[in-house]
Amino acid sequence: MATVRLKKGFDIQLLGAISDNAVVAAAQPQSVAVVPDDFHGVIPRMEKKEGEHVSAGEPLYHDKNYEAIKVVSPVSGTVKEVRRGERRHIDAIVISPDGGDAAVTHDVKRPPEEVLLESGLWVMMRQRPYDVVPVPGVRPRDIFVTAFDSAPLAPNLDIVLGDKRKYIAKGVEVLNGMTDGKVYIGVRENQNIDAPGAEVNTFVGPHPAGNAGIQAANIKPVNKGDTVWTMDIITLARIGELFTTGKVSHDTLVAVTGEMVQQPCYISTVMGADLETVLKNETTNLAQSRIICGNVLTGVKVEATQWLRTPYRHITVIPEINKPDEFMGWASLCPSRFSIYRTFTTWLGGLKKPVSFDSRIKGGERAIVRTGEYDAMLPMDIYGEFLIKAIISGDIDKMEQLGIYEIAPEDFALAEFADTSKLELQHIVREGLDKLRAEMS
Amino acid sequence: MNKIEPSFRPGGKLAKLESVYDGMETFLFTPNTTSRLGVHIHDGNDLKRTMITVVVALLPALLFGMYNIGYQHYLAIGQSQTGWFTMFLYGLLALLPVIVVSYGVGLGIEFISAQIHHKEIQEGFLVTGILIPLIVPINTPLWMTAIATAFAVIFAKEVFGGTGMNIFNVALITRAFLFFAYPSRMSGDEAFVKVDSAFGMGQGTVVDGFTGATPLGQVATNVGDNLQLTNILGEPMSAMDAVIGLIPGSPGETSMIAILIGAALLLITGIASWRIMCSVFVGGLAMGALAHALPSATYPASMLDPVSQLCLGGFAFGAVFMATDPVTGARTKVGQYIYGLLIGVFAILIRVYNSGYPEGMMLAILLMNAFAPLIDHCVVSSNIKRRARRAATKE
Repeated sequence: MATVRLKKGFDIQLLGAISDNAVVAAAQPQSVAVVPDDFHGVIPRMEKKEGEHVSAGEPLYHDKNYEAIKVVSPVSGTVKEVRRGERRHIDAIVISPDGGDAAVTHDVKRPPEEVLLESGLWVMMRQRPYDVVPVPGVRPRDIFVTAFDSAPLAPNLDIVLGDKRKYIAKGVEVLNGMTDGKVYIGVRENQNIDAPGAEVNTFVGPHPAGNAGIQAANIKPVNKGDTVWTMDIITLARIGELFTTGKVSHDTLVAVTGEMVQQPCYISTVMGADLETVLKNETTNLAQSRIICGNVLTGVKVEATQWLRTPYRHITVIPEINKPDEFMGWASLCPSRFSIYRTFTTWLGGLKKPVSFDSRIKGGERAIVRTGEYDAMLPMDIYGEFLIKAIISGDIDKMEQLGIYEIAPEDFALAEFADTSKLELQHIVREGLDKLRAEMS
Repeated sequence: MNKIEPSFRPGGKLAKLESVYDGMETFLFTPNTTSRLGVHIHDGNDLKRTMITVVVALLPALLFGMYNIGYQHYLAIGQSQTGWFTMFLYGLLALLPVIVVSYGVGLGIEFISAQIHHKEIQEGFLVTGILIPLIVPINTPLWMTAIATAFAVIFAKEVFGGTGMNIFNVALITRAFLFFAYPSRMSGDEAFVKVDSAFGMGQGTVVDGFTGATPLGQVATNVGDNLQLTNILGEPMSAMDAVIGLIPGSPGETSMIAILIGAALLLITGIASWRIMCSVFVGGLAMGALAHALPSATYPASMLDPVSQLCLGGFAFGAVFMATDPVTGARTKVGQYIYGLLIGVFAILIRVYNSGYPEGMMLAILLMNAFAPLIDHCVVSSNIKRRARRAATKE
């Protein structure tokens, strides 16, 4: 209902945007995997062993502390491998799909929290503080749902939503029953979301306007002691679908984008599908590319032999190094060397043209020197630089005072991109949040 | 570079020079390092670019400073008809040793310190090294400059953790060290105009009636109710001379025009905070106007009009290049206004009402460097209070 105008932030224009909205169906995946790292805050305890059969929607593992939190298999098949890394950390649970349609049906007459936990949709939500999977039994103050993704090359969520749009109203109804506050939905201008029972707010401005946390901060900030949930509109629609049909849909549309993709498009597949199937015929020169599940700011780097990761809707492929051994790049006057700052000449040609970006850091890590860089990229009432310093120095009181409960690593992603001192801000924020969570429990 | 790399890595013959090797490699080639975690793409800007932009912004002041050294010299020896290029060349020869000493000593210490800590060599001294020759009087013996630079780099920067960690502006500490350790060489008639030859160039004897005092030096020693500034030959000086910069003073500080070109570059590129820069000038104007409204023969500087206050001495140079140092200045937006304003006020306050120091800019900036964290603390506290109030009203 309200319109919020955000001035801070920046839209990075990358090569490899989707030009037409055609959807291509991917083949049946060779394998499907669930990666426990995608669900921060859940410590896996396996329920299925290698070789056992699972139906779609059947739990693979639960959380160590809250047994009710289940992470489920997206397909029907056999558990092929529980891949472990250092110190028996579970890297991935790989399932061989059998092509069958055995799926769990839930009795949705029970309390919604119980149904959500059991269905595996619970772990698709996040809570502030700490940006983790919500703790069961805590009633959130409010629920914030973002209906658009403002990240570079991000998919249009209206398209990803597809025919699940009709379940939004039901999803809002269910969530309204789980909070004493409101369900807020943040939309773009001209985006039409019909959601009776929810408060719909329009957000105008560059990325990170599409982050649910940024929207929350500009509508009703998270205070110490508050818990709010955040999610995207796709998860909301899936919740609506679950409570309408009794089943969770694990199908998803993935935007395959980026400079190294031949024909950027939407591909329909299932959550956790193997990338070899998804990216078939899509990329060239895999050896010199970086495959990112998600967008270039918050996504994770994966190998072509791995699987689709949360939020299961975006893949970006960029060159790893497009200008090896660039001679004295810091002295460059070339307008194609992209910088949002006017110390380079890019701005003379305008910053709205799509550019090629590789994954070089383009500078060494330094102490924070320039002022106001983080604040210009963070549309929140927070002194980002002071908060980052408090986190680095491990000062818990200061972190609380400066508003760490309101933030998630993704909110600092753009600042990390823009940082002249090349600090790993998302990592710093994550460590701060984890430290605080350990301290508070 | 890749061929010789192994000998610099631990275990190699030249492992003690690893930092130097890294420094040279990252200087010549943009590192091929790709992001490991976090964002996958990074902006092209880094600290090297930032620092080099400041150095470029300092070039007009540097080049004009060289010319002015020559101009003042040939004026002093009665050969004011000399061509501009000769004057520039003389200035170049006079200033070059100072630049070499400043960079040599400063970078040497930085290199050693980086190697001891096994860190990359950082770029901070690029700017400091060019600032020092610009703010130290031209007749300062090189050994004094070397000692002062070493003192500043070690005790004002490295002990705090290096680039980005210092509390006080390193170049100003160099000057302050000289100012307090060798006061006789830092002011008066003999500090600012080089009268002897540089590498055999520009020989001659000083003309009668020569006085090398800077305008502010003249102001400080003025007696009586009339204030008439003169050039080094005792002829009356116009305001235009100060704007162009053909007056005695530290090499970088004399020309308003050269400084403002640098200021424009810093503001366009967004490296310097316009909030600080503008508020320093506003603070200086306000305090200058106040002092000028109450002129007094006891405090001769109060007879200067406020605009001259800004044009003379190191005020403009300090406002543009020193006060805006992001590391030692205030970092919050509101804080920057307060910080700048107070620098301007204190600079003029010291000039006018402290007869011991004809120039107040250096001390004003160093004083406010010390207070910048406090100003920021107050500004951030208001954010903290707002957040606490918000949390409290919820119940």
